[in-house]
Amino acid sequence: MWKCLHPYAKPEKSYQLAGKLLPWFIIFSAITFIVGTVWGLLFAPADYQQGDSFRIIYIHVPAAMMAMAAYSSMAMAAFVALVWQIRLAEITVIATAPVGAVFTFIALFTGAAWGKPMWGAWWVWDARLTSELILLFIYLGIIALYNAFSDKVLAGRAASILTLVGVINLPIIHYSVVWWNTLHQGATISKFEKPSMAIEMLWPLIIMIIAFAAFLGTLMLMRFRNEILARESHRPWVLRLIETDDAQRLQKDK
Amino acid sequence: MFNAFLQVVSKELKGAFRRRSDILNPIWFFVIVVMLFPLAIGTEPALLKRIAPGIIWVAALLAALLSFERLFKDDFIDGSLEQLMISPYPLAWIVSAKVFAHWLLTGLPILLVSPLLGIFLSLNMDTYYALLLTLLIGTPILSLLGAIGVALTVGLRKGGILLSLIMLPLSIPILIFSTMAIEAAAYGQSYLGLLALLGAMLVASVTFAPFAIAASLRVSVS
Repeated sequence: MWKCLHPYAKPEKSYQLAGKLLPWFIIFSAITFIVGTVWGLLFAPADYQQGDSFRIIYIHVPAAMMAMAAYSSMAMAAFVALVWQIRLAEITVIATAPVGAVFTFIALFTGAAWGKPMWGAWWVWDARLTSELILLFIYLGIIALYNAFSDKVLAGRAASILTLVGVINLPIIHYSVVWWNTLHQGATISKFEKPSMAIEMLWPLIIMIIAFAAFLGTLMLMRFRNEILARESHRPWVLRLIETDDAQRLQKDK
Repeated sequence: MFNAFLQVVSKELKGAFRRRSDILNPIWFFVIVVMLFPLAIGTEPALLKRIAPGIIWVAALLAALLSFERLFKDDFIDGSLEQLMISPYPLAWIVSAKVFAHWLLTGLPILLVSPLLGIFLSLNMDTYYALLLTLLIGTPILSLLGAIGVALTVGLRKGGILLSLIMLPLSIPILIFSTMAIEAAAYGQSYLGLLALLGAMLVASVTFAPFAIAASLRVSVS
């Protein structure tokens, strides 16, 4: 059943697949980004209470969601890497980590920028802010651990183990801080309940979430390709790739 | 198999008792850190009572961090870790024995000196019981989590700071639940629910952590 996936255990094949998918991701995320941003920032109605400053939600919520999504995909990749010993999955883990960390930072930063006028403080020790901050620290820990090893194969495996330990811990951390303190508003969109948001505001948000997801995919693919090239730089197929690339560039110059 | 567990524990204890300062220093450090807070913040009993749970638990975390290095480092350097890994017993089982011995040498002494801290920070009896119970349940979790971090970083030259970066965020739930339990006790409320949560975390970490530790050791020793 999974036989069609077997060729992609070979870095060369995976590299090519990522290269084929990449343009689609770029185009898709560019379109959704433009539509979502313009709709959200210019055409969506202003909030009756918060005025225009609610519009930061169109960056904040997608970034926070993708910060979590990036971690879940890392955890799945780490599981695959450790159970089936697939090295490319380790590369996925480490290719995703910095992207997830940056999205977490964006969520925190936009949250702080919104919190200043709304709550009157840049930072409050509220449950979601705190768990997002801890998520950022866990991301940074994984990246730091990966960078500390000089052997990148071992580094990938260590980072995968830490990712899995973190994924067991994250729900516990989340609920512990929820019970500890809560000021942040409840989740606005949920699958199971009617959204507590006007539909004209919700549509651009959904588009922005899709845009961020596609953007996350784009960055993951790009970093995945780079990481493969960096690790396999001595392999013949990479050398051939460089040669053909050089040859094409020479032709263009002529 | 149980015999192997006991042998590893007794070997660890023997080794530690030959160099007693290794056991005493983290405890020493723990007491000094706790003592710094009244000096820095002020000595009104009401204030101390308010901040005591946090101080004690943060100090316990820091003391634990100091003691972790010893868990695998010496064995890693002199090669006995490799010997343990090629022994016929499952590595997860052996590392559980090592972590248990480590808890006996670092967690238990913290429990033993805790009455002293109760006096320093003017805790009443109920609050002190809560402190004792959270330390009893919480410090083994710290040992297990820390062992994962040590196992990941033992092969690195400058693993110490990295260990704290990895481990401290993961130990936040223990800190939160423990201090909540002690605070609840201070206000005369029931804290059994919070203890049960800590207990659940202990069970989960006893179940899963040895495998994570074993897997990490296999990465570090190769």
